[in-house]
Order: sequence, then structure tokens, then C-alpha cells
Amino acid sequence: MIRFDDVSKSYPDGTEAVRSFTLEAPTGQTTVLVGSSGCGKTTLLRMVNRMVDPTSGRVWIDDENVADVPPVPLRRRIGYVMQNAGLLPHRKVIDNIATVPLLTGTPKAQAHARAHELMELVGLESSMANRYPDQLSGGQQQRVGVARGLAADPNILLMDEPFGAVDPLVRADLQAELLRIQRELHKTIVFVTHDIAEALALGDQIVILAKGARIAQAGTPQQVVSEPADSFVADFLGLGRGALDLHLRETAGGTLVVDALGRPAGRLADGPGPEA
Amino acid sequence: MGWVLANLELIGSRTVSHLLLALPAIALSFVLALPLGWFAATRRWSRATLLTAAGLLYAIPSLPLFVVLPTIFGFGVRDALNVIVALTLYGLALMVRSAADALDSVGRPVRLSSTALGYSTFSRFWQVELPLAGPVLLAGLRVVAVSTISLVTVSSLLGVDNLGLLFVDGFQRGILAEVLTGIIATVLLAVAVDGLLVLLGRLLMPWAKAAGR
Repeated sequence: MIRFDDVSKSYPDGTEAVRSFTLEAPTGQTTVLVGSSGCGKTTLLRMVNRMVDPTSGRVWIDDENVADVPPVPLRRRIGYVMQNAGLLPHRKVIDNIATVPLLTGTPKAQAHARAHELMELVGLESSMANRYPDQLSGGQQQRVGVARGLAADPNILLMDEPFGAVDPLVRADLQAELLRIQRELHKTIVFVTHDIAEALALGDQIVILAKGARIAQAGTPQQVVSEPADSFVADFLGLGRGALDLHLRETAGGTLVVDALGRPAGRLADGPGPEA
Repeated sequence: MGWVLANLELIGSRTVSHLLLALPAIALSFVLALPLGWFAATRRWSRATLLTAAGLLYAIPSLPLFVVLPTIFGFGVRDALNVIVALTLYGLALMVRSAADALDSVGRPVRLSSTALGYSTFSRFWQVELPLAGPVLLAGLRVVAVSTISLVTVSSLLGVDNLGLLFVDGFQRGILAEVLTGIIATVLLAVAVDGLLVLLGRLLMPWAKAAGR
């Protein structure tokens, strides 16, 4: 469990990135912080592994105040996955994945064996172990990033827009893989994104943030969509623009799901399908 | 060609002397430029001052420097140490800026992610920032190496033994072949050392080639 207890972060120039933020991210679940850029979501994420120290308030991991833990060992036991993967370009894939175990003194053979297991877990062919990150596609690099985040078998995984820089098809793939991995591993994940569709797809708990990390609404994906707390949330979800107001429309090819503007959003899977 | 064949031993010994002056100076300027460049790269306020001061070293005329240094440090004008110190100063003039640029060239995302992974500041410098600065450092070092090998010859005007002495001597005695030999041998030596540095770079930084596809 991660608990933000009335945390604030302001900078010397007077900007207030986070104001009095309180939230609990339950153990074994995925909490998605979603909001526009500059809303303070990344700042919140970085408070967990002390990349950022709050100006006031506390962040707890279970019963431990992170401010009492030295940053370097703290970071080594928390997985971190970032946008563009943040891989080390001068290390082979296998060594990138094994970074944290190697830092903590795990023998190389053992760290590499573990890295090979993780490559399989995230769907990377073992032939890629000896390549350099620049020889991989964006999606593959991101898988390496996820594997690296899991290498030390951390309880907590922090993910900062990890799939933001890959194309939509690959992103959907990666999201599905993350869900599969999470069903297997039950990590406590805090996931930051500005993409509401991604938030709805991945989150057990969704936290919609306004400027200064003000919580506009927190709840399950269902709650957020069915009962948006205010017009800000509704707007953010795209409800106001009709993107999530879906209707059924019968067509020659079967039942289509369309949004308020009549644009097809998908087809009804258990409805009458197209005639063979 | 006849002159060369008749004086192979002399050319050989002067090449060795030449290297014994140039290589320590190249190595020293590299090693000293690193902390200075790091300081300039990480303490922004110092950057302009440090880089300008280092760059101005290059403005010191070389012959007077060879004469002045001994009066400061107390060694002889023709001591190898005198030449090495002077050449190190010129090397620093080029290398400090290269080192600062090289460390700057390491991207912010990589710094952030290595911090997030749990590198300490110390291990991050040695295991991430320094290796990633490698390609730009190497580019700077190659210029320093070639320039130092060429500058060594100035000291031959003072009578210090190196390849430059061939064209000084050849000029005074009117032996054109000796003059040409001195010039060509100096250039060849520079080319050879440069080639070795490139090779060393490929061995130490195989990833840089992978990235440059």
C-alpha cells in the first residue's frame, strides 16, 4: 500500500505543483493517475521513490515513511518504467534488464538468468538479449523497460507514461501484456498517463487530476464513467463531446456501437454478427 | 629516399622521443580535462569562465611558453617535463571544452532513469555518464592527439630531440630530403595515433556503432 498523506510540493519560484494531496494506492492493485500535462501527476509519482521530496506532508509505503529511507536503496526496491523506456544505450538488452540486480551485487550469471526469464514474461525473443537498445523498435524497447522494472522483483511498480511514445496498435498490445502480467504478479502499480482510454483500460482505481494535483474524482473505471463528479471530469472523459455517449445502430453488417456524432466506436460483440 | 634509408635508425629514435613527449601530454590533458569539464558541465555558473579561460591557453605563443615555464617550475628548457607541461596546457585548451560538451551530451532522460533505478551519484557518473560521453570525448581527444603531435616539433627549435629536429637540422644544413622526412614522419605519426584512437573507440564503445546505423 502506498499512502499520500496531505503532501504538497512548491518550488522556490512560487509554482505549486501539488497542493494537499491525499490518496491511498491499495496493495496489489493498479492506481492510474490521469490528467493533462502539468497537473502534477509525475511529481506525485516521483515522490514515492524520492526523486522528488514533498515540501510538506508524508508518503508512506505500508508503515514506512519514505522520507526515513535513504533514496538509493529505496529506488532499488521500487520498479520504475518511464516514457521512451529510458534504457541505457551503452548496455545490451540483457544488461539493461539486469541493471538493478547487478547494482545490488547479484552475481552476473544469476542476474542474467533472471533477465532471460523476464524477457520471456514480457514477450521478448531471447535472441534480442545481446542487442543494443537502439537496435530495437519502440515497442520492444518499452518491453525491455517493463522487464527492467520487474527485475528486482519489487512490490511496487511506478510507471510514468510508459506507453506514451509508441503507436496506437503497439500501445494496445503493451497494455494487454501489462494486464496479463499484473494478473500473474499482483504488484502495487501506480501508473501515470494523460490518456483516459488507457486509464480506463488499466486501472482498478482511477484518479482524475486537475491542476495542482487536485483530485477531481477517484473511483473505479465504472464509477468514473457512470457518475462523473463534475463537468471537469465529464469533459476530461470526453462525455461532453460525445466520445463516450454510445448508442447502438443496426446496419447491414450487424449492430454497430456509435458515439454521439454517429462515428463508429466498435461493434456489438454479442449482438447479431455479419451474415457469413 | 636514399636519405631515409641511410638514416632509418635516427628517424626511429626520434619517432620514439617524439612519442615519449606527445603521449604523456595527450594522456595528461585528457585526465585533467575530465574533472574541469565535469565542473563546467554541472556548475552552470562556472561554465563560461572555465571554458573561456581554458580556451585562452591556446592564445599563448608556444615558443615563449617553452622559455617561460622553466623559470616558473625550475626545470631546464630542454627537459622533457618542460615540453610535456607546455603541451598539456595546449591540450587542456581544447579538451576542457570537449569534456564539458561530452558530459552535456548525455541526455536528461538517461540521467533521470538511471537515478530512478537506484544509481548513486558516484556510480551514475562512472557507469552511465562517462561511458555515454565517450563518443564526444573521443572526438575531442583525436583533435588533441593530432594537434599535440604536431606541436611537439616546436620544441625542436630549442634543441629538444623529436621528429621536428629533422627539419630544423635539414633546413640549417640545406638537406631537403631531411626536411621532407621530418614533415612526412610527423604527419604519418599523427595519422597512426589517430587511427589507433578510432580503433580503441570501436573496441570500448561497440554500442556507439550500433546506434549510428
